Order: sequence, then C-alpha cells, then structure tokens
Amino acid sequence: MKEKIYRWFFSVLAFSSLVFLAGIIFVLFKEGLPIFREVSFFNFVFGSSWYPTYSPPEFGILPLILASGLVTAGAMVVCVPLGVGSALFIHELSSERTRSILKPMIELLSGVPSILFGFFGIVVIAPFIQTTLNLPTGLCGFTASLVLGIMAIPTVCSISEDALGYVPKSFREASLALGANRWQTLTRVVLPAAGSGISTSIILGMSRIVGETMTVLMVSGGAAVIPTSFFIPIRPMTSTIAAEMGESAMGSSHYHALFAIGLVLFLITLALNIAAELISRKYRMKLGLAQ
Amino acid sequence: MDTDTIKIVRMLAENVDFFYGSTHALKNINLNIFKNKVTAIIGPSGCGKSTFIRLLNRMNDLIPRSRLAGNIMLDGENINEPNTDVVDIRRRVGMVFQKPNPFPKSIFQNVSYGMEVNGIRDKNVITEKVIESLKKAALWNEVMNRLDESALCLSGGQQQRLCIARCLAVEPEVLLFDEPCASLDPVSTKKIEELILGLKKEYTIVIVTHNMQQAGRVSDYTAFMYLGELIEFGHTEKLFTVPKDKRTEDYITGKFG
Ligand SMILES: Nc1ncnc2c1ncn2[C@@H]1O[C@H](COP(=O)(O)OP(=O)(O)OP(=O)(O)O)[C@@H](O)[C@H]1O
Ligand SMILES: [Mg+2]
Repeated sequence: MKEKIYRWFFSVLAFSSLVFLAGIIFVLFKEGLPIFREVSFFNFVFGSSWYPTYSPPEFGILPLILASGLVTAGAMVVCVPLGVGSALFIHELSSERTRSILKPMIELLSGVPSILFGFFGIVVIAPFIQTTLNLPTGLCGFTASLVLGIMAIPTVCSISEDALGYVPKSFREASLALGANRWQTLTRVVLPAAGSGISTSIILGMSRIVGETMTVLMVSGGAAVIPTSFFIPIRPMTSTIAAEMGESAMGSSHYHALFAIGLVLFLITLALNIAAELISRKYRMKLGLAQ
Repeated sequence: MDTDTIKIVRMLAENVDFFYGSTHALKNINLNIFKNKVTAIIGPSGCGKSTFIRLLNRMNDLIPRSRLAGNIMLDGENINEPNTDVVDIRRRVGMVFQKPNPFPKSIFQNVSYGMEVNGIRDKNVITEKVIESLKKAALWNEVMNRLDESALCLSGGQQQRLCIARCLAVEPEVLLFDEPCASLDPVSTKKIEELILGLKKEYTIVIVTHNMQQAGRVSDYTAFMYLGELIEFGHTEKLFTVPKDKRTEDYITGKFG
C-alpha cells in the first residue's frame, strides 16, 4: 500500500514536467495560430517587413529569423573553437590539478545570469567594437555574436569534455601501443570516437544561443530590418518577443504574432534538441555503450 | 622441448622496482626474455603481472605519479634513457590487451592504422601488409569479404585476432599479451594459443595468463610472481614439475590464488 503511494507520488513528479511542456505547447498554438487568419504561414515566415503597429500592420518575420540565424552563426564561430579547444586542453594537456580548477570555473561561467553578459556587452564589448571599427553604434550583430558566443563556451566545453572522457582508455592505449604519438592518437582515434558527443555539445550550445533573450535584447541594437551586414543593429526573434510583449494589447494581432514567433522558435530549438539526441544515441551505439 | 643452444636475450629486466604513488607494485625484478621463445608470467591477481608487462613497452608512462627504478633493456639498450624514442620502442614492442580493443573503424583501417601513423603512405604496401597481417593472425578467411565493415561487428575472438593482426602490421620484434584470452570462449582461446605457437618463430613473446594449463601449453619459460616479487623463473616444464619454491608449488597445485 505504502509502496503504491510512493510510486504514484514519484510518477506524478516525473510526469509533471511533461504536463508543463504540453501546457507550453498548447499555449503557443492557442495564442499563436490566430495570426494565420490574417497572414498566411508562408507570408509570415518569408515576409520581409515587420511593422506590427502600422495600419495596416505587416507581419513578416524573415528579418527576425535572419537576424537570429546571423547572430547564431557568428556566435558559433566564437564558441566552437574556444569551447572544443578548451575541452581538449582540459582533457589532454592539463594536469589533474589544473583540470580540477579549470573545469569548475568554466562551469561557473555557465551559471552567470545572462543579463550580466548583457552588461558586459554594453559596457565593454560594444564601445570597443564601435571605436575600433569606427561604427555609428557598437550595438550590432557582431557584438551580439561575440557575447553570445562567449556565453555558450561553457556548454560546448563541458559537454565536449565529457564526450572525450567517455572515449574508452583502451582506444588511447591501443593507439599509443602501435607507435602513434599523442597528437596522432588525439586526432585519429580520440576525436573521431568523441566526434558525435562533440557535435551534440555544439548543437546544444547552438540551441542555447538561439533561445537566448536578455543578452541579445541588450546588445544587438534592435532594428527589425533584413540584416545586410554584421555591423548594423539587428533584432533576433527572442528579443522581438521580449521587447514588444509589454506594448502589444492582449488578444490583438500583434500579440498573436508574437506568440507565433515563439512557436517558430520552439520548433527550431526542438529540431536542434532532437538532432542532438539522435547523434548522441548513435554515438553511444558506435562505442558499444548502449544496445 | 626446444634446444637451449641458441639462447639470445632480447629483453632484460634488471633490479626493477615500480611504484604507483606509494604502492610498491614491483620489487626488485630480474628477468631475461629470450629471443623467439614464449615467456609466460603467472601469479595470483594483483601480484604485478600487468604492471610488469606494461613496463616492457613503456605503457606505464601514462600513469601519473608512478615511478620506476632499475633498467629495462631491449637488445642491449635501456628503453628508459631520456633520449630513447618512446614511439620507436612501442613500435618494436607490440602489445595485445586483455579486453579486445579494436578502434571503432573498419577492419581494414584497424590494421592499416599502425602503418599510417608510422608514416607509410604507399597504398599498395599498406594493402599488402594488411592482408599479410590478417593471414598471420588467422583471421583473413573470416574477414576477406568484409574488410570495410566496422571492426565492432566481429565476435570477441575475432576482435582479439584483429588486435593481433593490427599489432603485427607494424612489424614489432617483441609481442606482449596481457591475458589475451581472458574474455574469450574456449574455441577462440584455442585459436589464439595456436596462433601464439606459430608466431614464436618470428617474434619474441611474453604472455600474462591466469590459466596455468595455458602457460603449460604455449610457453617455453615461465615466471611466477607473487606480491610484486619474482619468485621463480625457469623452463616451463621444470617449473611446473619440480618447482623450487614452496610458494610456486602451492600456486600451481591450486592451494591459493
Ligand atoms: N593505475 C594504478 N594505480 C594504482 N595502483 C595500481 C594501478 N594499477 C595497478 N595497481 C596496483 O598494483 C598492483 C599490481 O597490479 P597489476 O594490475 O599489475 O596486477 P596483475 O597481476 O596484473 O593482476 P590481475 O591478474 O588481476 O590482472 C595491485 O596492487 C594494484 O592494485
Ligand atoms: Mg592484469
């Protein structure tokens, strides 16, 4: 009897997050779908002007999607080499002591609230970019990429490092015993074996970047135009929602359009997470860690 | 039994002590490893067999806070001199591990790997050597039609023979086997044993085993280790029939271990 209650209790706990997820999806659809009575899905996604408050309003989110894409791509260029590189350093080169200091520090970086990264971007990076590149404003796609890239380093580094740790020691030993040097062992055996784990880390880093709101809102400049350059103010999807939610009347077309952006965002991150899961499953199978 | 007329020392351990941190794992080991002979190392679990065999190709270099004293010689050269090339030592002294550990690559790539990392580029040379090594490891007939398949699809015994082939492909002089049959079934074990007997014509072999019948079947010389010490070393037949040390006798008659 008691056992039954326990089981029931923990099942409820386990399923509650599922319930919340379902709730979120439900709200997104319920509040987002009505916009498609006014604008077709195609015109919504591929429309090139976002003027939600004009009359008649225009709800084309292509500039926002492109801005998100641009910022994400730029951030990847920052976080992948630095994240994977530091994982390799921690794993391969540093002594146990260095590792025991370095890894927690990097993980601490991931705990820093994103608004603080925003401050850092506004106060340090943006002015620096503005003066060195002689731009009208330092708040632009480039700055956003830089700050977001730095933010995602811990995710990429820590998961990559775990992936390197999962590579059985026996692979490394076998390689060295065949007369391979450390570098060859790393590039030809360890990295390929950890490859899928590292890809997972990159995808998860990417989904963190795509979904990040506060920082981009602070440093990307906020102009909803098709981003023709890295160095102009832009407005990614998340910051659009955050910036405009307060001013849109509940139940208005604008309001529904913002939810629809959220829906698109949700689908993108969902796809990224599924990709990460599939890759890591394949990887565990490849190493014989799972049946 | 082999004649004793040609007895060339290929490897030699001289006053070898080894420490893992403060654990004194090997105590003053002195041992000759003769050319073209099979030397078996037996002893109860934890006595230092793996530690010793891994010293012969410097695999213990990888272990932090470990320390070695004494000399280990290969063809008269100390392998731990500061200017010896560890990569060269490992190429000349190949190792097959207890658990088959093929790379998650194709069968072909597993065997070609050692050549590639040692700078052999010629495709024909590599292909020929892969085939030759697979044949020597008695695996060719089973894999000739699927060289591009993943090595992880092979059975445990096949994987172990692949590891042997991989090792042979870099043309080592000495082969080290650390309990190569520990995770294999009797049929695979028999195959590996036959293989070892065949390989001794060309190579010098050291094999660690828990299995005394196996030591008896494959080896010319046997070393019995106990608690980090080398208790007795001699011709396999003599060691098993008239052991000099009481501890050896107890071990081979199954009184402990
Ligand atoms: N990496 C290590 N760090 C610390 N101590 C170790 C390490 N490897 C082995 N030892 C210790 O050294 C001793 C000898 O171990 P070793 O693995 O050489 O024994 P073994 O004879 O091969 O045993 P088995 O038959 O179980 O494989 C043991 O006491 C073991 O606990
Ligand atoms: Mg052992």
